[in-house]
Amino acid sequence: MHIPDGYLSPVTCGVMYAASAPIWYKATKKIEKTLTSRTVPLLSIFSAFSFAIMMFNAPVPGGTTAHAVGGTLIAIVLGPWAATIGVSIALLIQALFFGDGGILSFGANTFNMAIVLPFVGYAVYQLISRNAPASSSRHWIGAAIGGYVGINAAALAASIELGLQPLFFHMANGTPLYCPYGLAQTIPAMMLAHLTVAGFAEAVVTGGVVAFLQHTMPYLLKLRLRKDTVA
Amino acid sequence: MALCESCRRGFLSRRHDFVAKTLADLTEAMKRAIFAERYAREPGLLQAIDPRVKLVTFLVLLLLAAWTRRLDVLGGLYLLTLGLAIASRIPIDFFVKRVWLFIPIFAGMVALPAIFNVVTPGKPLFTVLTLVGAPCFLPAQIFVTEQGLYGALIFILRVATSVSIAVLLVLTTRWTRLLKALGVLRFPQIGILVLGMTYRYIFLFLHNMESIFLARRSRTVGRSNWQEKERWLAASIGSLLGKSYHMSNEVYLAMVSRGWNGRPVLSDHFTLCRRDWAWLGFVFILSVLIIWVGMR
Repeated sequence: MHIPDGYLSPVTCGVMYAASAPIWYKATKKIEKTLTSRTVPLLSIFSAFSFAIMMFNAPVPGGTTAHAVGGTLIAIVLGPWAATIGVSIALLIQALFFGDGGILSFGANTFNMAIVLPFVGYAVYQLISRNAPASSSRHWIGAAIGGYVGINAAALAASIELGLQPLFFHMANGTPLYCPYGLAQTIPAMMLAHLTVAGFAEAVVTGGVVAFLQHTMPYLLKLRLRKDTVA
Repeated sequence: MALCESCRRGFLSRRHDFVAKTLADLTEAMKRAIFAERYAREPGLLQAIDPRVKLVTFLVLLLLAAWTRRLDVLGGLYLLTLGLAIASRIPIDFFVKRVWLFIPIFAGMVALPAIFNVVTPGKPLFTVLTLVGAPCFLPAQIFVTEQGLYGALIFILRVATSVSIAVLLVLTTRWTRLLKALGVLRFPQIGILVLGMTYRYIFLFLHNMESIFLARRSRTVGRSNWQEKERWLAASIGSLLGKSYHMSNEVYLAMVSRGWNGRPVLSDHFTLCRRDWAWLGFVFILSVLIIWVGMR
């Protein structure tokens, strides 16, 4: 789902930076509110975990593989605001230190994967698991559905950003300057891949890990409620 | 439509074994970081430039590549990155391979259908197919359009040039210096500290993941079903998550024992020299020239 540089116009990149900026600001304020000297290593390690999780290839029925983003999982453990910061840092390192992803399109990528994905995924998880006992299967089912819905919402946002390019940014004779496909092509192309393959991988990873944590490390699922973490 | 590096590699290699694919991705990530550090230590042109100047000027170059509507300007910018790579002692075959493999090749595959009138209507260049009794949603003739071809070329070249600029920055700047240079962009000190720590721990995670996947590979005989793979993967990620939490506590205690009080202090001893000013001047003149050509 990473959009590389060159797919989006500089205007779109600017708009996406502007759209992400207030969320980053609010997330930073939230962190500052609960800032303790313990926050720095916690955020750093979970950002590294976010980077690592993006490298896991999950098996998907049918023989293919896809890899998860893990935004919903981090949101369930640390809260959606901390997930925004953690995934944003992982994406910045990918773009700036590894040369993957985009530097100009960083705003768009974080909007999709570090804002839309964890917030939508977490909202769905909360809706399903609210007031459920710690051992309830509603937690892992909610996490799986949250992961699936979250990544599809992020894919929809990415497909809209890409699909708007030929509509707004073209030459006088109609030559597209950036992503050459309109909404009629980007939405079905992105959504088909995410509804059938990538969404399934995200659901498997998020639901599976939450089920594992419920049995082995249930305290991690209550992390966001603790005072010394970023909620 | 737009895929991440790992997906693109998977798409191009058609490797469906999730263990082998993850191991390949991990090796590639570590290889990239090691090579980047190796070339960043070479006594080349870009390595000698102040990282703050380099970061700002490379952002300007990226903006120029994104802004221009002209194929010749994009071609010129791409040739400039090749010249800079040579002057910075980066083997040209390595640089071209690093840039073109995956992202621009994938962009080319993505752009291919856009050259036809079905996606980009316009002035016909040559007919590829004439459909007799075509369905209502398809035109009677499928042809390559001038607008489609030009759009695809500009798209691929823009992606390749942008990736080249980003890769050149990564290959010629040590990550510690790049990190300090972020301060110029008013990046908060706490953010720089978190970025630095994250970068260090990424390699520990990659190493742990490699061990986990290698252990599974060395113990796997025959085929396993999808449910077993899924359970194993969830347990591996879950364990990694648990380790992350415990590690953050240990790191915190280690930081406290070394005098950490919650306030980051970063040493910064950059000074601009004549070479940096010359590079700044060159990028400034180039920007004015590209904007002037673009406005004509």
